[in-house]
Amino acid sequence: MSQQPSMLHRIKRSKMFWPSVGLALILLFNLFFTPGFFNIRIQSGHLFGSLIDILNRGTPLIIISLGMTLVIAKEGIDISVGSVLAIAASVSAFLLQKQVPFVLALVAGLLCGALCGYWNGLLIAKMKIQPMIATLILLTVGRGIAQLITGGQIITISDKAYRYVGGGYLLGIPFAVIIAMIVFLLLYFLMRRTAFGLFLEAVGANRISSEFAGVHASRVMLSVYIISGLCAAIAGIIISSNITGADANNAGLWIELDAILAVVIGGTSMRGGRFYLGGTILGALFIQTLTTTIYTLGVPPQIVMFVKAIVVIVVCLLQSDIFRNIVAASFGSKQGKKVLAS
Amino acid sequence: MRPSLKITSSNITILATLLLFLVLYGIGSVMFTGFFSLQVFLNLFVDNAYLIIVATGMAFVILTGGIDLSVAALIALVSVVSAELLRAGVHPMLVIPSVLVLGTIFGYLQGYLICRFDIHPWIVTLGGMFLARGTCFLISTESIVIDNPMYRSISNAKVPLFGGASLSVSVIIALITVAAGMYVSKYTAFGRNVYAIGGNERSASLMGLPVYSTKLAVYTLSGFCSALGGVIFTFYMLSGYALHLMGGEMDAIAACVIGGILLTGGFGYLIGPMLGVLSAGVIQTIIMFQGTLSSWWTKIVIGFLLFAFIALQRAIVSRREKSRKPDALKKKDSQKAAISL
Repeated sequence: MSQQPSMLHRIKRSKMFWPSVGLALILLFNLFFTPGFFNIRIQSGHLFGSLIDILNRGTPLIIISLGMTLVIAKEGIDISVGSVLAIAASVSAFLLQKQVPFVLALVAGLLCGALCGYWNGLLIAKMKIQPMIATLILLTVGRGIAQLITGGQIITISDKAYRYVGGGYLLGIPFAVIIAMIVFLLLYFLMRRTAFGLFLEAVGANRISSEFAGVHASRVMLSVYIISGLCAAIAGIIISSNITGADANNAGLWIELDAILAVVIGGTSMRGGRFYLGGTILGALFIQTLTTTIYTLGVPPQIVMFVKAIVVIVVCLLQSDIFRNIVAASFGSKQGKKVLAS
Repeated sequence: MRPSLKITSSNITILATLLLFLVLYGIGSVMFTGFFSLQVFLNLFVDNAYLIIVATGMAFVILTGGIDLSVAALIALVSVVSAELLRAGVHPMLVIPSVLVLGTIFGYLQGYLICRFDIHPWIVTLGGMFLARGTCFLISTESIVIDNPMYRSISNAKVPLFGGASLSVSVIIALITVAAGMYVSKYTAFGRNVYAIGGNERSASLMGLPVYSTKLAVYTLSGFCSALGGVIFTFYMLSGYALHLMGGEMDAIAACVIGGILLTGGFGYLIGPMLGVLSAGVIQTIIMFQGTLSSWWTKIVIGFLLFAFIALQRAIVSRREKSRKPDALKKKDSQKAAISL
C-alpha cells in the first residue's frame, strides 16, 4: 500500500496484493469504527475476540474455498458443495442418532462427501459434461437426499466428541481453525511438493496439450472433485457440530457462491491454470470479515448481499484485461473509473 | 431445421421430452382418479406461466453458450418493486411498464459487462443475482401484500374454455411469449445469429455476424423475460417478497435442459423449455396427488431427469461428432467447451 506509484505493476505481479488490500481496508475501517475489534483476551483458557470469532466462523468457508480453488484451477466449477455439505452433515448426524460410534459416523460423513465428489468427477471427466451442469444435478438432488436422510427434520446431536469438532478448543485455539490449518497444509503440500499440483495447472491451462504430454487429465479431474467433495464434507461436519444439529434445508445454503467469490478474490482466474491457495484463504477471510463487520455495525444483515454483489462486480472488472487496459489508457482517473463502473 | 417427421439427432431430444411428458401424465392418469382432466392439465400452465416465460428467455442465453443466474432474483425484485410502488399509490398501468423497463435495463447492464469486458457470464450474473436479492432486502425485508383492485381482478380473471375449464391471463401471455420465441429463433436473422454463436462463436465472428450486439441483445432479452415473468408471478402470488423463488434459476435451467436445449449452445427448439417446465410440473402434481410423498421427492426426481437428459444430449453430441469428419475442429472446440464451464 505504501508503493502508490507502482500500483499497476503490483496488480500484475502479485495476486495476493488485492485480497490483502481489501482485507487491510476492512480491518482499518474496524480499527476506527468498531471499538475493541482487535482486543483478544484469554477467557478460561480460550482465546476470545472479534478476530478469533471471524477465524472460527470462517472455517467452513475457508475449507470449501480451498477445495473449490483446485476445481477452478482445473477450469471447472463445483456448485454442489452446499448440497454435499448438507448430505455429509445429515449422514453423520443420522448415524450418531442411531448410536453409531463417533469415529464411524465421522468417517461415513467424509466418505459420503468423497463419493459425491467422485460422482461429479465421473460425469465431468468420463462423460465430458460441463462442470456447471454436472454439479447442478447434485445441487438439485443433494438437498433432496439430505432431507430424505433427516426426514425433513433438524437432527440434534448430543455426542460430546462430535460437538468438539466445531465448538472445541485446543491449546486455546478453536479446534475448527486447527482443522482448517491442517486442510490448508495438506493441500499446500500436495500441490507444491508433489507433481499433482503441476499436473493440475497443466490440465487447467490446456487440457489437450497436457494429455499429449502424458498427464492423465481425467484422473486429475476425478481427484480434484473428490478433494472438493471431501472439503465440503469436512465443512458440513464443522457446521453441524457448531449448531449441534444437522439442518438439511439451510446448512450451507449459498455457500458455493461465497466459495467461488473467495477463490476469485484470491486471484485464481475462472479460466483455469494458475491457482493460489493462500489467496483463497485471504479471500475467504475478506468475505467473513466483511460479513462480521456489517453485523457488528448493526446494519441489517440483508445488506451483506448487496455489498457482496458490488464486490463481485468490482473484482470481475479488475480481473478483466480489457477493463485494465481502459483504465491504463486513462491513467490517473483510476479511482473515479472504478466507482463509475461498479 | 426443416419440419420433418423422421426421428433424427436434431429432434430426438424434443421428442424425448414430449414422450417423457406424455408418459408422466399417463402414469398420473392411471394412478389417480381425476388426474386426467382438462383442468388439471391447464393448471400446469396456470401454475407455471411465469417459469415458462423465464425459461424461454433463458433458452436464448443458453443457445449462445451463456448462462443467466439472475433470473429468479430479478423476479423477486420485480415483485417487491411492484408491491412497493402499488402501496405508494402508483397506478398499475405505470407500475407494469416501469418494472419491465427495470428488468430490461438490468439484463442490458449484465450483458454489457459480459460482452464489453469479456467477463464470464457465470460470475457476472451471479453478481447480478446478489445485487437483485440485496436490493429486494434493502427495499423491504417483509412480504408485502398487494391489494390493488386492478391486480386482483387480473389475478382472478379467468378465460373460460369448453367443459367448464379455464385459463388465466398469465397463461395467454406465456403462450404468446413462447410463440414469439419460436418465431424469432427460427425466422429472423437474430435467431439464426444466436444459433451460429452458440455453435461456434469464433466462426460466427469470422463470418461477420454481429456477435457483440447479439450477445448483448440476448442478455437484455433474458432480463426482459424475467421482468415479464416477475409481473406474472406477482399476479400469481399477489405479494412482493425478497425470498420469493429462492433457487428458481436452477428450475429455469433444468427446464431448458429437460427441454432439450444443449448447454454448450447452438442446439435446441424454443418450445423445449415449455415442455421442460410442464414435465417438472407434472412431477409436482403427481407428488401432490399422491399425498404421502414429501416435497423433496420432487427435487430428487427432477435431478435424475436432468441427469438422464444431459446424458442423452451428450450421447447425441458425441455421435454427431463421430459421424462428421470435417468437424474435427468443432469437436476440439466442443471438447474445450465441455471442460470449461
